[in-house]
Amino acid sequence: MNGIHDVGGMHGFGQVHGESDEPVFHAEWERRLFGLRMSLLGRYTLDEARRASETMDPGAYLTSPYYERWLASLEFLLVEKGYLTQAELEQMVAEYEKDPDAPVPRRENPALVERLLRMVREGGSPLPEAMGPRRFREGDRIRARNMHPPGHNRLPRYARGKPGKIARLYPAFFLPDTHAYGGQEAEYLYCVSFTGEDLWGSDADPSHLVHLDLWESYLEPLPDVTDRAPEGD
Amino acid sequence: MGAESPDTRVKAIEALLTEKGLISSDAIDALIREYEEDVGPLLGARVVARAWTDPEFKASLLKDATAACKELGIEGLMGDHLVAVENTPTVHNVVVCTLCSCYPWSVLGLPPSWYKQPAYRSRIVLEPRRVLREFGCELPESVEIRVWDSSADIRYLVLPERPPGTEGMSEEELAALVTRDAMIGVERVTVFQGPG
Repeated sequence: MNGIHDVGGMHGFGQVHGESDEPVFHAEWERRLFGLRMSLLGRYTLDEARRASETMDPGAYLTSPYYERWLASLEFLLVEKGYLTQAELEQMVAEYEKDPDAPVPRRENPALVERLLRMVREGGSPLPEAMGPRRFREGDRIRARNMHPPGHNRLPRYARGKPGKIARLYPAFFLPDTHAYGGQEAEYLYCVSFTGEDLWGSDADPSHLVHLDLWESYLEPLPDVTDRAPEGD
Repeated sequence: MGAESPDTRVKAIEALLTEKGLISSDAIDALIREYEEDVGPLLGARVVARAWTDPEFKASLLKDATAACKELGIEGLMGDHLVAVENTPTVHNVVVCTLCSCYPWSVLGLPPSWYKQPAYRSRIVLEPRRVLREFGCELPESVEIRVWDSSADIRYLVLPERPPGTEGMSEEELAALVTRDAMIGVERVTVFQGPG
């Protein structure tokens, strides 16, 4: 979707502000939210999580601190997947609003702890089955398609319609455009390089390349120079 | 999301999911500890220091970073498709996720706030040389800047250049010089730096 999250190339956000010796979490709720969301590993995919983040109101997205975006995306996913209803969530929120010091119930599940730690320590998201031949090879000139799907997609606006070159071949991965909705389509992934000039125009820095990892259906072949009509016609 | 504080909403979600048996309190505690204490940039610094001192390891790191890191016992979530990109006197690499905040957790831990916010995400692909200068990293035009926008499942780790003045240093001493920001690519490693 042409959402607010797609910020590559935008102006107006000002200087990058670092924080020296920044703690991993700035508040207890951030810490708890992180642990809570990680405890749900395996119940949702990264693509679903990204899609959920993109449903946030654009104004809220730009002005919310990072973990508030996580919170909004988590609530969306939990309700969508039926793990809780909006009604029971609001009811529980109201109860904690009335009594903020009320404790959160504690339950221990060592088997779950072991399973989750194994997942985070080994990684290993499953890759799709092997597929047929690739369409593109290293060095091929391509154009990123001028596509504007309303749903989840991982081709940023700044690269759409721009010419690039296949820099590396990657294995096949699930296509986010459908995987974010539970689909199992897979395509070959490519690392594509774009020059600063092709992306941003002749004023761009000449010694500047941007690489994007793009699925095969995001790309189309770029005809060779020799295919073009001769100049002066 | 309502106007209530995030604190209340997080408590409510934890209470509901715990009561439903979907999560457990000890699981939350363990995962917090994992990423607040155990998984962090010191892991990536070890990888870099090994690559600086062992040419065979460096070659295998550049060929298949996931496998090379696994040799050092370093692996995990957001690191199963790791690619290392090497800085040289003529090429400087820097990593971003313009669309969200994808980051190589398995070698760097969780990303800093600035990495996840629109200012960095919007500008590093557009004007990397200027942004790097704001980080104190001045690069002449003879150095090509390669920005890696992590739009898929591949996670990138920058292998910074080994600074002069480090000849004879042990791997451990070298690792202590390598900062998280150098492995993202917004600064270079110098002999006077350390993690922090």
